[in-house]
Amino acid sequence: MTAAAPLISLQSVSRTYRTEGVAVAAVRNVSFDIAQGEIVAVMGPSGSGKSTLMNMIGLLDLPSEGAVYLQGANVADLTEDRRSSLRARSIGFVFQSYNLLARHDAIENVALPLVYCGIARKERLARAEASLRAVGMLHRAHHFPRQLSGGEQQRVAIARALIASPLIVLADEPTGALDSRTGAEILSLFAALNRTGQTVVMITHDPGIATQCRRTIHLHDGELVSDERVAELLPSRSTVS
Amino acid sequence: MTMLQGFQIALHALRLNPLRSFLTMLGIVIGVASIVTVFAIGSGAQLRLQEQIRSIGANVLMITPGAVYQGGVRLKDGSKLTMTESDVQAILEQIPEIQAAAGSIAGTAQVIHEGKNWNTTINGTTTGHFMVRDWQLAAGRYFSATEEAGAGKVVILGSTVARELFAPGDDPIGAQIRIMKVPLEVVGVLDRKGPAQDDVAFVPLTTAKLRFLGSASNINRDSVAYIIAKVAADGQMAGARAEIENLLRQRHRIPAGQEDDFKVQDPAAAMEAQQGAIRTVALLLVAIASVSLLVGGISIMNVMIVSVTERTREIGIRRALGGRMRDIRLQFLCEALVLCLLGGAIGVAGGITLSMTVARMAGWVTSIDGQAIGLSLVFSIATGLVFGFYPAHKASKLSPIEALKTE
Ligand SMILES: Nc1ncnc2c1ncn2[C@@H]1O[C@H](COP(=O)(O)OP(=O)(O)OP(=O)(O)O)[C@@H](O)[C@H]1O
Ligand SMILES: [Mg+2]
Repeated sequence: MTAAAPLISLQSVSRTYRTEGVAVAAVRNVSFDIAQGEIVAVMGPSGSGKSTLMNMIGLLDLPSEGAVYLQGANVADLTEDRRSSLRARSIGFVFQSYNLLARHDAIENVALPLVYCGIARKERLARAEASLRAVGMLHRAHHFPRQLSGGEQQRVAIARALIASPLIVLADEPTGALDSRTGAEILSLFAALNRTGQTVVMITHDPGIATQCRRTIHLHDGELVSDERVAELLPSRSTVS
Repeated sequence: MTMLQGFQIALHALRLNPLRSFLTMLGIVIGVASIVTVFAIGSGAQLRLQEQIRSIGANVLMITPGAVYQGGVRLKDGSKLTMTESDVQAILEQIPEIQAAAGSIAGTAQVIHEGKNWNTTINGTTTGHFMVRDWQLAAGRYFSATEEAGAGKVVILGSTVARELFAPGDDPIGAQIRIMKVPLEVVGVLDRKGPAQDDVAFVPLTTAKLRFLGSASNINRDSVAYIIAKVAADGQMAGARAEIENLLRQRHRIPAGQEDDFKVQDPAAAMEAQQGAIRTVALLLVAIASVSLLVGGISIMNVMIVSVTERTREIGIRRALGGRMRDIRLQFLCEALVLCLLGGAIGVAGGITLSMTVARMAGWVTSIDGQAIGLSLVFSIATGLVFGFYPAHKASKLSPIEALKTE
């Protein structure tokens, strides 16, 4: 569409799971936009639909109703192969449980998305090195996940999310498995990334973390209950839908 | 993702669990090794037969004694020498398709030259024998007419006998050797014709009868043990055979309805039939070996299905990071292919080793066949594709979200 289209746009998005005839509405009629360069915290109690929402933004899942637009294009109109390609190039995932491949060392893990971008091994490794350096993990390049602490594994996972210079980094409770100090370190890493212009969406349970983001979206029972922006110089402004 | 990357990932995954990978491909290894071995032994046996067929000579008929009746009792084939030198003469003179013919009697004896001696077959025959078998001389000459008529004390040696009796530099021609105390002059040495054929010494038929069998012999002075005859052309074999049968029945005065006292055989045709039988048996064995390949394929499929289940989370991660369904499929297909190819290669090496061992231990001729090796490698690849496809397809169909949730 036009260049003015927001990076991500959700329009009346619902996602209903149907298991054995029982329908569970995990996300109901949610609409919001995410602009380039934002850092957004998504909050809500367990089961409120945060991960479901994140999967749709990350092109891993499609809405049952409504539409998700990535740079103006309805993702439901793309082929599965095209969505996969976009995941490789434009989306960086960070998971609560790190999700590193146990049988590959840190640098191989970081380079993995580039395999699916069709980039040659030499360049993959060079870029993985740069990415590891950016998160301060270059000295652990040839360590395997089991040889790394939780915080270190999460840093490697962030390096992996960043390697293809994605449009957006999606983090589902990135500090959920870490102690509060390590969690704070990871969080400041995201904040630093955002200062360089990286768009970040982060699911969190921790209100302390959320306050450090300039925008917080609250979900409850699959519905969007608030979408607050904190302007650095302006007083907070809240919108309740 | 490219094929090459697929193979890299596959090799990485398989290296992590070498024992399991090896056990997985064991079926393929055994299958391919058996196919290669069976092929090698089968084609070795065929080569050997072909050599024997060649050594008999082209278009040769062989006439041996058949059953005889004495007082109404049927005696065993060959228990009496029923053919004579005049039969040979009659065949030569009365059947136009026959180019050459010779009667033979044979036995074994010790041949002695100076310090060396060797046990071999002594064949009493005429020069016609060498014509029938297209058997050329390496040195010297055949028997002369006078030697044939007058029981000349001469001998023509097969190449094995010449080698055993004479040192490499010695010229056997003109040398004196002894057989059963009779001194004989070597007049000729024959060309090589094959290991089974060359261990022989020929003397004139008359010499064999008069000097070796002696007057004490109970056989008719005119008898021969067998006759070989050469037919002019391949197409005349059946006709010539019928004519010989007619002629001999007349000469032996066999009444209509009674069995012949001789048999006319076409040894080359018999061997060709044998060759066909070998081929059939080899094909049967290959079919059996292929079952092992099939079992190997099934075992690969089994392990791959387990592996897909075990690695569900890895599949989820790869999908989330941008792996397309076909990339996942390719990855697992490559794993199956690598297993089969590696198994196939080990199997080929094992098969070659095995057939060489068999060749050495059993003394069989084996021949490693490039075609068989190519064929079994193609089989292995096909096995990998067929049995790897289902698990690979299953892996590619996993929902990335569900896959990420599994532990
Ligand atoms: N595959 C599925 N099939 C059926 N129901 C599902 C499925 N995935 C999620 N749900 C349901 O959808 C709702 C939202 O789940 P979701 O995982 O999005 O919650 P969440 O906000 O991420 O929770 P948490 O904070 O515990 O991670 C829940 O009620 C859950 O049971
Ligand atoms: Mg969740």
